[in-house]
Amino acid sequence: MIKVDGIHKSFGKVRALRGVSFDAPDGKITGLLGPNGAGKSTTLRVLYTVLKPDVGSASIDGADVVTDSLSARQKIGALPHGAGLYPHLTARENIAYYANLCGIDKSEVDDRVAAIIRLLEIEEFSDRRTKGFSQGQRTKVSLARALVHDPQNVILDEPTNGLDVMATRSLRRLILKLKDAGRCILFSSHVMQEVAALCDDICIIASGQVAIDGSVDSIRERTGQDDLEEAFVAAIQMVGGE
Amino acid sequence: MRTFLTVFFKELLDNIRDRRTLASALIMGPIFGPVMFAVIINLSIDRALDDAESVMELPVIGQENAPNLMRFLESRNIDIVAGPADAGGAAEAVKSGLHDVVLVVPENFGEQLADTIPARVELYSDEANSQGEKEERRARRALRAYNQQLAGIRLSARGVNPLLLRPINIDEVDVSTPSGRSAMLLGMMSYFFIFALLMGGMYLAIDTTAGERERGSLEPLLSLPVTRGQLILGKIMATCVFMAASLILSLLSFYVVLEFMPLEQLGMTPNFGLAVVAAAFFLLLPFILLGASLMTLVASFTKSYKEAQTWLSVVLIAPTLPILVVSILTLRPKLEFMFVPSLSQHLILVDMVKNEPLNGLHIAISVCSTLVFGAILTWICARLYQREGLLG
Repeated sequence: MIKVDGIHKSFGKVRALRGVSFDAPDGKITGLLGPNGAGKSTTLRVLYTVLKPDVGSASIDGADVVTDSLSARQKIGALPHGAGLYPHLTARENIAYYANLCGIDKSEVDDRVAAIIRLLEIEEFSDRRTKGFSQGQRTKVSLARALVHDPQNVILDEPTNGLDVMATRSLRRLILKLKDAGRCILFSSHVMQEVAALCDDICIIASGQVAIDGSVDSIRERTGQDDLEEAFVAAIQMVGGE
Repeated sequence: MRTFLTVFFKELLDNIRDRRTLASALIMGPIFGPVMFAVIINLSIDRALDDAESVMELPVIGQENAPNLMRFLESRNIDIVAGPADAGGAAEAVKSGLHDVVLVVPENFGEQLADTIPARVELYSDEANSQGEKEERRARRALRAYNQQLAGIRLSARGVNPLLLRPINIDEVDVSTPSGRSAMLLGMMSYFFIFALLMGGMYLAIDTTAGERERGSLEPLLSLPVTRGQLILGKIMATCVFMAASLILSLLSFYVVLEFMPLEQLGMTPNFGLAVVAAAFFLLLPFILLGASLMTLVASFTKSYKEAQTWLSVVLIAPTLPILVVSILTLRPKLEFMFVPSLSQHLILVDMVKNEPLNGLHIAISVCSTLVFGAILTWICARLYQREGLLG
């Protein structure tokens, strides 16, 4: 369960976030949707505690991301945008590194790593050094290491960026598996269709503010648009004046 | 503790597999110093052998005007060769570098000599040309000797003891020991060691800060349930291990090179046995922490791998500055110098190589102050690792 309550964040003169609030409940997939530069990544960075909000608060399963950031991080698995691997380590070693850092019991590390490799279907290249991996392979390994400690909350920043159709589909299957396991999944995207196909709830962000949020149906209803893309554009225009 | 060890061992493994890091830590740093040293020593040996009465060629204009002088010069191992046509040509030849020095004997040289008025000869040389300095000095020395010989003959002919012209006899006694003489040349060794140990950790320092950020692996790392202090400590310690390896190799390669260099020909017997190698290692050990944290600190301010490389090459030079100042001013080791890292190690190392008694207090201050500086910089690194700007 992720709660975001009125967060503001500025970088110098640029006001990246101007009061973003939303909830992402367990057992559901929440999509953070918005045009480029809307503040999606900044919001997610606050949630996985590498940025501190200027105003407002956010919590992961009740752990505040500022005052209790260590236990907030314990409860999340994050896949930042464009996450990189260590090119001289194999995929398995990359994942095991994170497993150890997350404090998984030493005797269990090997089993856990093997299990996540099976789950993400990356056995084929798991013992190769990651130098020269394709974007799809890299994303899968990054995801595997983010999930190796079995976090209740999963934060994915534009995970399908640069993936081909097959890789996108297998990623989608994985996200649905996580949902069925009762996890809270929050992921950002600027692709309308992707969000529509996968998400239970959508939070549309534009200019650092939440334009509209709710279930897919309620967004259609409130914007008076049947087509989701039109609804997206209408929602953005609601805050677009600024 | 587990986080620290996990990071530490991961960085070791990661960098051992990186050829560039390995090359700079285990080959570049340790080999560069000894090779350069061997070249310099060989050059000095060549020069030293040169000085020992080898045949020197001296172009002379107007040889026929002073046959006795010519014979005298030849007896001093100076070969007389034909010079340019006239004095103007001599000036040209020296200016252009064709000859280092040219002697001109005017036609009336014999007459003036016979009349016992100072007979004029001209010695052309280029004071700005340091290469020719040696030849010029030798020609002048020979002329002066001839001058003295003639003066002696004239005085004897008049029944005066020529020794009257030498009220003082200067006897030069060089008290420097062979080890002491070595120290001048070996003084640069300490910088090679510091250079090697910095080189050993340079790529790790870049990789763990600017490199990790550029690769995009920093952000996911920071989102893990670990404290950043442990991350940075693990990284700095891994850097230290590479630096220590580099230092050991550098010390050993110097040891081997010195074994094979004909240093006795230069009158040097440096005190650099295995015991001194070991002592030098422990003396420089505190500098490793300082170097690692300094490089990590500098690299963490840079935006990219390239930029970090540029700045760190400045850091490689920084430790030479105090050494250079002290060498130029030829200052003796003093208590207050021991508070300056790199300088204190240099001064103590020179004493070790000179085989002079070591000052225990100096060593204690050097070790402690360097460790304190290193600890402060490490703490600053850890503080800076907390800031948001780290992600760039």
